[in-house]
Amino acid sequence: MLSYICKRLALTLPTLVLVSIAVFLIIRLIPGDPALVLLGEGADGAALAGVRADLGLDRPLPVQFVSWLQHALRGDLGRSIVSGEPVAGLILQRFGLTAAVVLVAVTAATLIAAAAGLTAAWRRNSALDLAVVGTATVVLAIPSFWLGLVLLLLFGLKLGWLPFVGYIPFSESAVQALLFLVMPVVTLTITESGVLTRMMRSSSIDVLQLDYVTHARAKGLSERVVLTRHVFPNAFAPTLTLVGLTLGHLLGGIAVIETVFTLPGLGRLMVDSVLARDYPVVQGCLLFTAVVYVVVNLLVDLCYPLFDPRVTAR
Amino acid sequence: MMGRVGHVGLNALVGIPLVGSLLVTIGIGLFWMPYDPIAIDLAHPLGSPGLHHWFGTDEFGRDVLSRSMLGSRISVLIALATVAVAITLGTALGLLAGYLRGWTDRLLMMMTDAVLAFPGILLALALIAVFGSSDGSIILALSTAYTPSVVRVVRATVLSIREREFIEASRSVGDSPLETIVHHILPNVLPPVVVLATSLFGWAMLSESALSFLGVGVPPPAPTWGNMLSQSRPYMDVASWLSIVPGLCIAGTLLGVNLLGDALRDWLDPRKT
Amino acid sequence: MSASLATPLLRLTGVRIEAVGRARAGSAPLLEDLSFDVAPGEFVAVVGESGSGKTLAARSILNLLPEGVRRVGGRIELEGRDLTQLSGPEMRKVRGAQIGMVFQEPMVSLNPAMTIGRQLAEGLQLHRRLSGDEIRRQSLAMLERVRITDPSRCLSAFPHEFSGGMRQRIMLAAVLLLKPKLLIADEPTTALDTLSQREVLELMVELAHDGGAAVLLITHDLGLVARYTERAIVLEKGRLMEVGTTRQILTEPQNPYTQRLVASLPRGSAAGTAVPDSAQVVVQVRNACIGYPGRPGLWRAGTPTQVVHGVDLDVRSGEIVAIVGASGSGKTTLGRAILDLKPLTAGSIRFDGIELAQMTAAQRKQFRRAAQLVFQDPYSSLNPRLRVRDIVAATLRHADIDPAARAARVDAVLDEVGLASFGDRFPHQMSGGQRQRVAIARAVVSRPRLVVADEPVSALDMTIQQQVLALFRKLQAQYGFACLFITHDLAVVRQIAARVVVMSGGVVVEEGPVPAVFCDPRHEYTRELLAATPALEAAALVG
Repeated sequence: MLSYICKRLALTLPTLVLVSIAVFLIIRLIPGDPALVLLGEGADGAALAGVRADLGLDRPLPVQFVSWLQHALRGDLGRSIVSGEPVAGLILQRFGLTAAVVLVAVTAATLIAAAAGLTAAWRRNSALDLAVVGTATVVLAIPSFWLGLVLLLLFGLKLGWLPFVGYIPFSESAVQALLFLVMPVVTLTITESGVLTRMMRSSSIDVLQLDYVTHARAKGLSERVVLTRHVFPNAFAPTLTLVGLTLGHLLGGIAVIETVFTLPGLGRLMVDSVLARDYPVVQGCLLFTAVVYVVVNLLVDLCYPLFDPRVTAR
Repeated sequence: MMGRVGHVGLNALVGIPLVGSLLVTIGIGLFWMPYDPIAIDLAHPLGSPGLHHWFGTDEFGRDVLSRSMLGSRISVLIALATVAVAITLGTALGLLAGYLRGWTDRLLMMMTDAVLAFPGILLALALIAVFGSSDGSIILALSTAYTPSVVRVVRATVLSIREREFIEASRSVGDSPLETIVHHILPNVLPPVVVLATSLFGWAMLSESALSFLGVGVPPPAPTWGNMLSQSRPYMDVASWLSIVPGLCIAGTLLGVNLLGDALRDWLDPRKT
Repeated sequence: MSASLATPLLRLTGVRIEAVGRARAGSAPLLEDLSFDVAPGEFVAVVGESGSGKTLAARSILNLLPEGVRRVGGRIELEGRDLTQLSGPEMRKVRGAQIGMVFQEPMVSLNPAMTIGRQLAEGLQLHRRLSGDEIRRQSLAMLERVRITDPSRCLSAFPHEFSGGMRQRIMLAAVLLLKPKLLIADEPTTALDTLSQREVLELMVELAHDGGAAVLLITHDLGLVARYTERAIVLEKGRLMEVGTTRQILTEPQNPYTQRLVASLPRGSAAGTAVPDSAQVVVQVRNACIGYPGRPGLWRAGTPTQVVHGVDLDVRSGEIVAIVGASGSGKTTLGRAILDLKPLTAGSIRFDGIELAQMTAAQRKQFRRAAQLVFQDPYSSLNPRLRVRDIVAATLRHADIDPAARAARVDAVLDEVGLASFGDRFPHQMSGGQRQRVAIARAVVSRPRLVVADEPVSALDMTIQQQVLALFRKLQAQYGFACLFITHDLAVVRQIAARVVVMSGGVVVEEGPVPAVFCDPRHEYTRELLAATPALEAAALVG
């Protein structure tokens, strides 16, 4: 088990290095003077000179990369052109909200998918199965931003049950904050449960045909026990991988939800900074999200042996 | 991988009409649209759906149906181009990685892992930040985001085929590596690739509409369903059809494409192992 | 131990199983009118080939039929009680406690996500009121009984840490812990190598005997039937063909199908004729050593493993030499090396006098045509996307013959293997035996001088095995190629080879003419192998 952990950790390191190189290079791809790019058009000569010295623009690219990386590791991701605030601070401020919404939604979606997928596979080709698969397929086709708009239209505008514009932080009023988050979380839960349900159903069908399930039944165990103790852990493993990937892709995909419901999250920060050509923020967001994604997948990989101990052997 | 739904007939039954209507709409749209999609008519803003305008008009009086038709063409073309690039590049790289193994494989895997470490939308956003917001840069951004998935799938298929005895048979008969790849590996890689292509098409359309919705995709006045949804937001309470119609189009198209993809996968699925 | 008047332990009467569902309605039943008895403590075999319905019969006893299959008629009585009338919960009480079942595939017969200890305890917890300590004590005792070393570590380990043979023994332990009255064993050793097979079966028989349990052995292997069972039931295509004591079935089969089955046992007359020493040596292997570089770790190269250590071998034109050994003995690797598909780390291999490693491009091209390989797995050795005709023609791709002549040759060879009208079919449209014939056609179409056959009949039913072996013999006599026949099954060797080479752990332990080695084996390992091949014994019984 220990060697498995070490191996996984060792494999993430090169990925992180490549990721940081990629982020560093992306901004350098923008034509023109990097200092101007980073400070914006209106910067004065002294500031420009300062940045040039800081970045060491006269030194070779690898050296620049190293110094940029050193800054980043210390938490210094530069300053926003638009607001002047430190990028790192901006990101951390926004991340909490995004993380909360994503985590709650994905957890809920996973629970729904696990139950629905397993049950559908167990009663394969029945009316229930058809209903589950049909719903999941339709849900898969619905863009999350449209679903958000429709929910907002229905429950926010027409029925007035839930607030929908802007956001009140937790610190001010927990109840209000939660109300604001209901629709975004529900939207995301529905959208993500589609693909997770189908995956769970598919792997459950595969597992249900294996000998050890028949063996468990041959011991006289009840269906409930067979499903929960024998089928579920083995069927869930591939879905777990998908959950990790979903968490990752949502770090970006959340931008549309944040736009629909006007939430001050990380996704929206990225989009706004792209539109405003606020390159330090773009760079910072990119690096931060990629690192979080790599870490999340690492954690998922570390949980995998709980469901499929065979991975530790390879 | 995405779950066998198993009802080839049912999937095709629903999928074909949906995709068919899309194709018909695009086809018609090449020659004729009820109104000029870009023409502004300030005399009739926000008109509700009715006889003259089946889907109503938007805040500038533009006919929503015509804009939807043009939008479908733009979205589909972008998605097709993305899929073409990603599939071609991804298959070539996947074949190399899977067949040659060794350092080529390791290098390619590290690179795909690095690209896959970025959430797709963010990667696209970053590339658009660099190259500006145009059809070309969207295609570039999306194909960069999707090529690694194709590489992964092709490589995995090659790895599993490689161990099959008929590959060894090919070698023992005297085939060169290239001959083995072309005569034996490629034909067996094509089915999963075709299925992946249909999924990719759906994802590409979805991503393009998301990007347009965010305002970083296809720039106005060219309509795509995504930016039409985005522009509908200020008028949601008075003109709700503006928020419903484009979304319905996206959902309908995606549903059709997904169902056809499922039907295709089940049809190609070896009852031949 | 016949119990003609006492109540039988198990009685099936008129059991009928059909496939249900829209696609299959109206097709022939999978099992029709099956009736037989099992007395308490008796060992009965249900014999049949694939498609005979024997597995379905076994599963129907416990009402564990797969999806899409249902029992639609008949009675199944356990000690007089009709199991078909039981409710769900009542049936569950019977499963495990009264009737236990052991499955075929050791790789998927145990839940990979649960420790062995928990899986052993599950049955006990359900059917008996025992404390945790008592369960542990009984589990450990049973594991020792099935000869697992270090039973306490085994309890907290996961299935993937054990080999196939060990997993089958653990499965036996789990099932027999509950002391069922009837043990149903569905091909329990088919997936194991010869020596493990023997171990597991002996163990099963011993434990069942101790517990007074009757055994219903589902198998296709007549040899096992001969050695271990008292009575046998023969099934073909869902119908009961014959019932009787094992001795009766083997020595005086009444039904034509049974007769065919018995005829497929290896006969005394050696099939391979020896060739004179003056015949030309086609392949000459001297001191061959082959190793694998080993899996590299993250930062360092892997440790190499030696698979073949200094093997000498001669194969003459026109003779069939069998290489016999368990998996891991190096026989497959040696076969690949002779075809220049694996490099040697030391030693030399000559083909027609030319050293393989020193062949020029032209010589190598010729070699590739002259030396062919027939693979084991009929399901993975043919490209599923090509038609039979193209698969066979691919061998001639590098030969200098024009397309018309090539097509003619392909047709001719397909005719020779009995597949004249199959040219346009795809592999998935053919049975295992037919696919192997395609593989053979592919090998002989280029008129090779050497054919290496790697376990070509292991995956086939016994009667089909017969057919394919007969085809091999016919073609070899016709074309006179040298043949290297790699197998783990001594019964097959008996039917095809003139000379046999026994390998174990990468070295040759014994070799010689087949009759000599079989009658008077000199090496310990050879003796073990012979003893572990029940089909030979059965054949002796039959005469």
